[in-house]
Amino acid sequence: MDLIIKNLPILIVITPLMFSLIVAVLPNQRHSWFLTNLASLLTLFFSILLGIEVSEKNLISYHLGNWPPPLGIEYIVDKVSIIPIFIIAVISCLASSFAHNFFTSEVYNNLISKTYSLWLLTIAGLMGLVTTADAFNLFVFLEISSLSAVALVAMGSKVDKKALVAGYNYLILGAIGATFYVIGVGLLYGVSGTLNMSDLSQKIPELGLNKSVIVAFTFMILGIMVKAAIFPLHIWLPNAYAYAPSPVSILLAATATKVAIYILARISFTIFGTSYDIYSFESLRYILLFLSICAMFAGTVMAIFEKDTKKLLAHSSVAQIGYIILGISLVTKAGIASSFIHLINHALIKAGLFMSVVAMSFYTFKRIDATSISGIGRQMPITFFAFIICALSLAGLPLTVGFISKLYLIKAAYMSEGIWLPFLILLSSALSLVYIWKLIEGLWYDVDKNNKLKIKELPEIYIPLLIITFLNIYFGIDAGLIINSSYNAAEALLNGIK
Amino acid sequence: MNNLILKVCTKVLFTPIILFGLYVQFHGDFGPGGGFQAGVIVAAAFILYAMVFGVDKCKIIMPTKLNFFLLVLGAFLYGFVGIVGLILGEPYLSYDLLGSTKQSGQHIGILLVEFGVGLTVCNVMICLFYSFANFKFGSNKND
Repeated sequence: MDLIIKNLPILIVITPLMFSLIVAVLPNQRHSWFLTNLASLLTLFFSILLGIEVSEKNLISYHLGNWPPPLGIEYIVDKVSIIPIFIIAVISCLASSFAHNFFTSEVYNNLISKTYSLWLLTIAGLMGLVTTADAFNLFVFLEISSLSAVALVAMGSKVDKKALVAGYNYLILGAIGATFYVIGVGLLYGVSGTLNMSDLSQKIPELGLNKSVIVAFTFMILGIMVKAAIFPLHIWLPNAYAYAPSPVSILLAATATKVAIYILARISFTIFGTSYDIYSFESLRYILLFLSICAMFAGTVMAIFEKDTKKLLAHSSVAQIGYIILGISLVTKAGIASSFIHLINHALIKAGLFMSVVAMSFYTFKRIDATSISGIGRQMPITFFAFIICALSLAGLPLTVGFISKLYLIKAAYMSEGIWLPFLILLSSALSLVYIWKLIEGLWYDVDKNNKLKIKELPEIYIPLLIITFLNIYFGIDAGLIINSSYNAAEALLNGIK
Repeated sequence: MNNLILKVCTKVLFTPIILFGLYVQFHGDFGPGGGFQAGVIVAAAFILYAMVFGVDKCKIIMPTKLNFFLLVLGAFLYGFVGIVGLILGEPYLSYDLLGSTKQSGQHIGILLVEFGVGLTVCNVMICLFYSFANFKFGSNKND
């Protein structure tokens, strides 16, 4: 046990990594599914232990291969990174237990074991992205997670060949993003001679006003903005989410962009936080603020006019990412805390929505589009109930998590920018009701279609869904845990700025 | 390709290429070389064989399933050596306790890890070659 506690930061990365290698060579799909679940459960268990450790120690530093930083690679788990670790662990656990029926019907038979392997590899990559404190190691994990995610998206080609195009777009844009990031890291390494994040944050201010640093900052931020799908750079996202196999949509929607946003915060606060005054990066926040407002409205409007259900949810993700970035761009404690609150809550909401929508499509044996699941709500009361709860949570109804995040976001926006920003947030929330109602109307009132299906809801599909719905309500009523951890994270991040 | 000269030359070259690959592999500890280069060199031997004798003949000496298994095994070896260090009470990927002294431990660790890298790189190259060689336009068959 002592051995486990000592090695927790690496265990959450290598557990899915090693299991993914074992799963890849297993011939039996059922066994691969079982091992995938085992790996996700172990990762969740280690994450919980890690959470307990962090609450006592504040910061855990782990030196890979006994090489001390800044030379060796350092892994850091602190009050900031524990939030995305928990999001990944919980969502991957629920989505893996949910995945089996979908992968059997949506992926070519001989590729199912490999799909599970890629699935675990994505989780390992995301975990690594969150824990690593080395700027170049971060790039390696960026590649691991996005390349395996691309392959996962392309696995949807059995249902619709467009998945290949979607995967290809994701690959090209993701590669451009990663290249931009690594160019930035290269420039930083050239001027400072170090790759360790905390070491970088000490060495950059010593350089004084340096043009390479400005270019490096721009490249790194732009690269990560592609990965995080921030408004004008979100083009890859709707198709990738829409044509991926259903469980993959859930995993990517709930974790991949969240982790990219976390990295954005890490780069701008941990690496460059100390040099804010020298370069007056502070003023750059207005660019992010502007982009996030654009994202809020563009995403919502695109969702309103979208016919394909999965794409609609993806467009809504673009809008929600706008809210999260808005919080970060305020650069106040309340603002960053509110963005972390929404980071967690949006993962819960979107995972629930995607899960319920794909659960409905499972029984029609068709890819979800405008009409294939209309009117199905009446025949699937449990799934539809979960869908309604998550949809209301997205709109921000009291007693759900969506309300908590909107409340804190509006409060933070009002405190730093005055009345106009809360007004815009409320306006876009009100607009989001339009597409939510469109979904509900189609699913419930369109009784003529799909009324001949005899549907018996499967417990292995609705139990994970109900768990996530329960979390949506539970953290809407007792939000103390989320709010406290988000405020701790915001405080830890802002400590970097001097 | 039914050229006798090519076939004979390939047969003569096949083993020395692999031997050279192994030299680069194990020389990697002391000088230029290592798993990545060695893997590509060894894979070149198989690819040459496939180009001269045909992909089907090459699949007899390196079946697709064995290829995939070795690919995974290499990566697994890398991770597993790291875990051995972890079980012995050191951080992940620390090789100090693998041998009797610190130096020999590092030596054994690097040797095994590089061998894993070589195995994976070699089989990834062959796997890529197979998938492009088997590619047919307009076919929906998945291999």
